[in-house]
Amino acid sequence: MSTLPNRVRVQTEPFDLGAEANAFAASLSQAGAVVTFTGLVRDNGGHLLAMEIEHYPGMTERAIAAMVAEAKARFALEDALVIHRYGRLAAQEPIMMVATAARHRGDAFAAAEFLMDYLKSRAPFWKKEISVSGADWVAAREADEAALERWQE
Amino acid sequence: MRVTVLYFAWLRERIGEPREEVETSVATVADLMAELATRSEGHALAFADRTSLRVALDQELADFSAPLAGVREVAFFPPMTGG
Repeated sequence: MSTLPNRVRVQTEPFDLGAEANAFAASLSQAGAVVTFTGLVRDNGGHLLAMEIEHYPGMTERAIAAMVAEAKARFALEDALVIHRYGRLAAQEPIMMVATAARHRGDAFAAAEFLMDYLKSRAPFWKKEISVSGADWVAAREADEAALERWQE
Repeated sequence: MRVTVLYFAWLRERIGEPREEVETSVATVADLMAELATRSEGHALAFADRTSLRVALDQELADFSAPLAGVREVAFFPPMTGG
């Protein structure tokens, strides 16, 4: 596929949402619509000390690249960008972002949702919540698995 | 055959190792899980509930019924929680 390596980034470093969105938009030649989504570390109980994100180096990049390729096959996308962090993050820190670009907003919105639904349940990341009362692996939600069903043909 | 077995998240914690080299002659992922479960108490605990496990063969998601022939890297992990 034509996905360039820097369009899928798995990293520990923080990213600048505004700078990434601007650079992505500036690289386009055909698109009339850019959609971005950003995920933040959520502190459900107000006791979160940190979120530790583990991943499977190698498979993670391959799995996300395959999702981006699938999104490009399904929707009229000019381009897509996925950044996902791993390591130790504090509450409210950005974990990941998706940007999609298309001629019209419908494809950009749908592709962003498609990528998010797949990233949730099919990219090899695991979250562990470190709180004052201990450490717990975040369980997968049935709703996330159900969200994939709408994309099955 | 010799395969590299990788563990992630709570599987890694229960087994106490992120990876091990395994010499085996079993045919499928399910057979390998049964064999690995006998290695230690931690292994037995990790493989006790298969509904909470996923497997990737050479970095592609697979089913427990998948054959191991030609596979070099087998990874076991809980359902993924990215995003």
